[in-house]
Amino acid sequence: MTERKLRVMVAKPGLDGHDRGARVLARCFRDAGYEVIYTGCHQTPAQIAASAIQEDVDVVGLSCLSGAHRYLFPQVVKLLQEKGAGDITVIGGGIIPEQDFQKLYDAGIKAIFVPGATLDSIVRWINTNVKPVERT
Amino acid sequence: MGIDKKIKAGDVRTASRLIRDIEDSIPEAKLTIKSIFPLTGKAQVVGITGSPGVGKSTLVDGLIEASRNKEKTVGVLAVDPTSPFTGGATLGDRIRMQRHSEDPGVFIRSLATRGSLGGLSKAVGDAIHVMDAMGKDIVFVETVGTGQQEVEIIHYAHTVLVVLVPGMGDEIQAIKAGIMEIADIFVVNKSHREGSSKLQRELMAMLDMSPLAPGDWRPPVITIGNSFKPDDFEKDVEKLSASILGHYEHLVRSNLIGDRLRRKTIHELNEALRSSILEPVLRVLVSTGELDRMVEKLLNKESDPCSLAEEIAEKYLQGCV
Repeated sequence: MTERKLRVMVAKPGLDGHDRGARVLARCFRDAGYEVIYTGCHQTPAQIAASAIQEDVDVVGLSCLSGAHRYLFPQVVKLLQEKGAGDITVIGGGIIPEQDFQKLYDAGIKAIFVPGATLDSIVRWINTNVKPVERT
Repeated sequence: MGIDKKIKAGDVRTASRLIRDIEDSIPEAKLTIKSIFPLTGKAQVVGITGSPGVGKSTLVDGLIEASRNKEKTVGVLAVDPTSPFTGGATLGDRIRMQRHSEDPGVFIRSLATRGSLGGLSKAVGDAIHVMDAMGKDIVFVETVGTGQQEVEIIHYAHTVLVVLVPGMGDEIQAIKAGIMEIADIFVVNKSHREGSSKLQRELMAMLDMSPLAPGDWRPPVITIGNSFKPDDFEKDVEKLSASILGHYEHLVRSNLIGDRLRRKTIHELNEALRSSILEPVLRVLVSTGELDRMVEKLLNKESDPCSLAEEIAEKYLQGCV
């Protein structure tokens, strides 16, 4: 039968309008054969979680360059879990100091990509680590 | 709880996954669609179509607001194109509607065309059923940015909006067949721009030429101004929203709704027949390698597509050909 197509959401939480990176990623994910839902800038974690559920995505990719990642990223994971959608993989990227990585991993962020990460490496990570979950 | 009960209770996660199963052609999804079918037929389905960038998504955002003000629950299916090269898609319609993403009375779902050419996705008919069965009062279906003849939306919607903007061509465009014929309501969007009154005049002239019997619906031409002036925009969209409800009332009053439903039903049956008859045969042809062998024959000019198709039909559809 037909193969499951991966659905990926790219979102920018918080007060941060630097969306070039997010747009490049949206394009790169499209070229990788995913269906990409791009929700734009200035999203609250609650908006992102609600949209992710309405769109039945497998991955949420968060981009944050404002420095508020320590609050915003874990909040998205928490809200997804509260809505019974903890199976959605959350990854993040942006300007994120290395000393924050562990805190984010502990909060349920599955991978972090910072400047210098190649597009290939991000797609490879998703292809290796994300499989659409079967639910009934 | 069974899936059908969860859908009826309005569970978004279940509904969105069911729509995905339909898109991915998972066989169990068909069973669920069968079981929710009796719940459908209550929602008003409104199609929004027009060229890329004319402002369809922003209009839908305004129409969601107007519908919520009337305490109606809303479903939105927003279709964007799939890449013919990679199979990927950028679904960017809901970016204009994000202020409604947390409203439990609004369910927005993006769909990729996955190769469909009529401006919609193959899954759209069943996805409408899902939102209808969830109890949404009104379902907006936004097509991909269309050209002149992606008119498939008429098979699904009770009311079709064709959205235009000034400056897209001369009056000849207005008398062409195709998309200009399917509107129940014309929207002249971005009407603060130059050329708006000319476009309105051209549409009026075109409509004046259409034969109308007394009591027929003459598609209104509704102008919508600058969306960056929220107060005016909202007033304009309210006019549009009233006109959409007016059209539905007209369909019911004049009994035309029966014709629309018949058209919709015939199309749906056609689609179901196609998938029940054609798809199993295609699966066999693919899995046995027959399809590849047929392609080789064609490439070597040993046969032609018509003869091959007739051979297959003879083999699988005994008694029909």
